[in-house]
Amino acid sequence: MLNKTPLNDIHRQMGGKLVDFGGWHMPVNYGSQMDEHHAVRKAAGMFDVSHMTVVDISGSDAKVFLQYVLANDVAKLGVQGKALYTGMLNEKGGVIDDLIVYLVNDGYRLVVNCATREKDLAWMTQQSEKYSVSITERSDLAMIAVQGPQARAKTQTVLQASEIDALEVFQACALQAEKYHNWFVARTGYTGEDGYEIILPADQAVSFWQALADAGVQPCGLGARDTLRLEAGMNLYGHEMNEEISPLVANMGWTIAWAPQDRHFIGRAALTAEKERGLTHKLVGLLLQDKGVLREAQEVICEGMAEKGIVTSGTFSPTLGHSIALARIPVSFTGDIFVQVRQRKLPVKIVKPCFVRNGSKVI
Amino acid sequence: MSDIRPELKYLSSHEWARVEEDGTVSIGISDHAQQELGDVVYVEVPEVGSEVHIGEEAGVVESVKAASDIFSPLSGEVVAINEALADEPETVNESPYDDGWFFRVKPSDLSELDGAMNAEAYKESIEEDD
Repeated sequence: MLNKTPLNDIHRQMGGKLVDFGGWHMPVNYGSQMDEHHAVRKAAGMFDVSHMTVVDISGSDAKVFLQYVLANDVAKLGVQGKALYTGMLNEKGGVIDDLIVYLVNDGYRLVVNCATREKDLAWMTQQSEKYSVSITERSDLAMIAVQGPQARAKTQTVLQASEIDALEVFQACALQAEKYHNWFVARTGYTGEDGYEIILPADQAVSFWQALADAGVQPCGLGARDTLRLEAGMNLYGHEMNEEISPLVANMGWTIAWAPQDRHFIGRAALTAEKERGLTHKLVGLLLQDKGVLREAQEVICEGMAEKGIVTSGTFSPTLGHSIALARIPVSFTGDIFVQVRQRKLPVKIVKPCFVRNGSKVI
Repeated sequence: MSDIRPELKYLSSHEWARVEEDGTVSIGISDHAQQELGDVVYVEVPEVGSEVHIGEEAGVVESVKAASDIFSPLSGEVVAINEALADEPETVNESPYDDGWFFRVKPSDLSELDGAMNAEAYKESIEEDD
């Protein structure tokens, strides 16, 4: 039996093609995935991301607990509503999950991946024994992402909540009006476009989704969500990193707060040792100018080296009109590089792993 | 609802075959297949002059979502390919049975197509999938 979000019925009414996505019954597209992708780059699209897990952490030790279990430092969150992207690491320095943490009025709010929900909760519960914290999963809430150059304006026409206009990027606020009890709006996303991720009571999700659609926001499936995040060069848990892959080889070095030196977080010792030994691999962007499509798990051939790299995520890029990928390759490699696509060895170009931002090509 | 042409033969892997007036056989993928794949972005077809074999891989169709092998419904020599698909792969979505054909074969034994499904059997097979 698949898990269903509160929007399951309306997805079907709107023509969504529902599939099993990590145990959840989710829309992969409504019509053309390509059209949904372009709607987000050029106007506004919305995604049901209620399968993601919202966890509230409160209690007198909430801050020190998160300073111990997260690689980034929640002490950086100076103002209420500010958000931080971070890995939650194991002792070996591998990534248990990547997540966003917000400072909220009675503690912290975490948004973690759906596929990792159970192990995340188990890990946090296990690590929290010595701390005075409570860990509360908020399954009473739904989550809708509205993304694109027109996303904020269209959301505002529906919400009529002036406080969201002042939000900076990576900042959130709880809505003030009484009718918006338990609504939380963050200026974050997973597409490389401006927009919001809105956490709201599950029983109000359908009417909000319908109102956004009436305001001209295109419903988008998880198919477009993946091509958008890949164009934006954003990692997907289980692909670019996992429990065996350190954040240092997944372009997440910037999410590790090394200072202050006396903050002991889980994985710190292993990462420090890894840095001292020297990194062996790096994550790069690949461009395929020939016809064809790069896909996850294809071999990357580094000319003159026995060791192969691997494509961690690949797709056709609707914005660029050719295939792009993220790939993990030996760190020292700089020469000619190819991807084995079935019988063909296709030349590719290494680029910085960020292909499209705010509607435009950045490579 | 997908379009199923009564005059064609089908494979369970969603290829169709049409016997043309000159005795060659055109091959493509069904309307149901293009709907399942979504936006087609790349088609790889065999070279003109090469041999294809019944039930064996003869090409690949890739959508934004996934790559899918194309199996040949019969054996023979490839006498033509649809060159327009190289620049306009979306034709497969727009016109799967007409402008979106993949390649054309001079069959070595036309009776091989007797093993393929007729439209009615194909319709039943995709209804079972749903």
